[in-house]
Amino acid sequence: MKFTRNIALIVLLFGISIYACKKELSEPFLGFQQPSNFPQPTYHFESNTVTKAGFELGRKLFYDPLLSHNNTISCGNCHIQTSAFVHPGHSVSHGIYDRLGKRNSPPIMNLAWSTTFMWDGGIFDLDLQPLAPIANHVEMDDTITNVLAKLRHTTTYPTLFQKAFGSTEITGTKFLKALAQFMVMCVSSHSKYDSVMRNEGAHFSESEQIGYSLFQQKCNSCHKEPLFTDLSFRNNGLPVSGLNDEGRFSVTLDSSDRYKFKVPSLRNILFTAPYMHDGRYYDLDGVLDYYSNNVQNTLNLDPLLKENGKLGISLTSADKLNLLAFLKTLSDRSFLLDKKFSEQ
Amino acid sequence: MQRIFISFIAASLLFVSCKKDSVSSYNSNVKADLSVEFDNIAGSQDLQLNTGKYKTTNGDSITSITKLKYFVSNFSFTKVDGTVYTIPQDSSYFLIVEGDSSTYEPSFKVPEGEYKSVSFVLGVDSVRNTLDASKRTGALDVTGEASDMYWTWNSGYIFYKLEGNSPQVPSMGGMGNSFMYHIGLFGGKTTPTINNIKTISLDLTARGTPKVKSGKDTNIHLMVDVLKMFSGTNTVSIAAHSMVMTDAYSASIAANFSGMFRHEHTEN
Repeated sequence: MKFTRNIALIVLLFGISIYACKKELSEPFLGFQQPSNFPQPTYHFESNTVTKAGFELGRKLFYDPLLSHNNTISCGNCHIQTSAFVHPGHSVSHGIYDRLGKRNSPPIMNLAWSTTFMWDGGIFDLDLQPLAPIANHVEMDDTITNVLAKLRHTTTYPTLFQKAFGSTEITGTKFLKALAQFMVMCVSSHSKYDSVMRNEGAHFSESEQIGYSLFQQKCNSCHKEPLFTDLSFRNNGLPVSGLNDEGRFSVTLDSSDRYKFKVPSLRNILFTAPYMHDGRYYDLDGVLDYYSNNVQNTLNLDPLLKENGKLGISLTSADKLNLLAFLKTLSDRSFLLDKKFSEQ
Repeated sequence: MQRIFISFIAASLLFVSCKKDSVSSYNSNVKADLSVEFDNIAGSQDLQLNTGKYKTTNGDSITSITKLKYFVSNFSFTKVDGTVYTIPQDSSYFLIVEGDSSTYEPSFKVPEGEYKSVSFVLGVDSVRNTLDASKRTGALDVTGEASDMYWTWNSGYIFYKLEGNSPQVPSMGGMGNSFMYHIGLFGGKTTPTINNIKTISLDLTARGTPKVKSGKDTNIHLMVDVLKMFSGTNTVSIAAHSMVMTDAYSASIAANFSGMFRHEHTEN
């Protein structure tokens, strides 16, 4: 009797697991979805249509350490999904052989709306972005030609490239397009803020609402809604560190770009610490204190941070609490935990 | 007297036949082979990778040249009558790599005729610098042939690479006495930057015009003197500038580029 009950139980569990698998398998792939409260994306979908097989190939490549010289570092090492694809707790990341970079790992989120990439905006096409960490001495330290050769020698990738692009031939273009398909799909648009803006039933609390008003007065010029960045390059007055990282200047060689960095998005900000281009602030209290008390009048300081002869942004402690309450509404757990973006 | 007369007749016949051969027998509707050879030299010596020793005109010693690579593109040829033939974009990009003789001689199909000048770009134009990855094929493939000639962190092709060693280079940690000139910058896509794209135009009349005709392969032989990179418009001191990449000084070096190229002869 007990035996048959066990069998029945096993059969039942087996059935459930098949059902679960089936359910996952049959979930339709919707491709890139445009959030209704976002502007039109700037990514060139016309030269890279997102497909299920292309996206899945991109995801596999993203999590594959084969992309690094000694096969130890994947993109996912320094871009962790549960932190909006930053490297939490690391001012700068450690790449191959634990070599340290000089800038904070940026999030991979809503890149379909970006026209430049990296803190200095040196890269102007998302397709070309993966070439940088692969070649960088302190990140993956490999060559793209060697990475492609390694992929060609695997038993799995030729089939996956065929599924995605119609032939088993592995080319650099297909490799880049697949990774871009994964990255453009990483859209975060389901925060409480979005729900309020789209009138989906959520409402700001009193503190969040006050914080939102403050945000619109004091932060929105640079961290512009709904992406929470205007994608520009600005010097926010951080004391210049010993590294003397000149930011955007290294790309444009225009002295008016010295010490300017890309304005980062504030979406999922609770999960993307540490903050600033070099990760010097470990929490948001530190960041808000910085803006209210410590902005330095360095070369090319943004005019918005020295209005009326005063440096920084005036914030009372009550303002800070309300701002923090609002910033918390930018968290999007469905993005941070979406299995479709996780290593499979 | 008679001998003089015969010579005169003979000379005029020769003249007529030459004329006939060089003008009236060309069919400009027919395309024929024309190649441009890039023969890399260093001053009065042939360029010997790794082993050759040279001196710049301002007295700097070069104990070795370990790498020389450059893009040439956007070729056009002008006939003696002034008509210009521009090579179609898709077959007009070449990477010359010292040490790989298969790269020295870009070849083309051009209309039959006699040509008086050639023009090309040292580097890659801004259009190709900003093209979709899928259209960057052959010499422009940033995941293949061009991967060593591309700044991954600052999207753009490196037009010209010269690397080597010189005792004039101040010794710094780990780098020994090596110099590196990686010259690129196409003018920027989103924000204007330095534009180091240089068009080189060379007269071909002084040292033999190419006479392009079906059934033969005409070759324009160019000399490319790497030492001229250190002089000309600007004098480049290796001690003062041993590493030049994305740097304002790159414009001073690029200004010397056109002086590196000269027409040596034409093989008709």
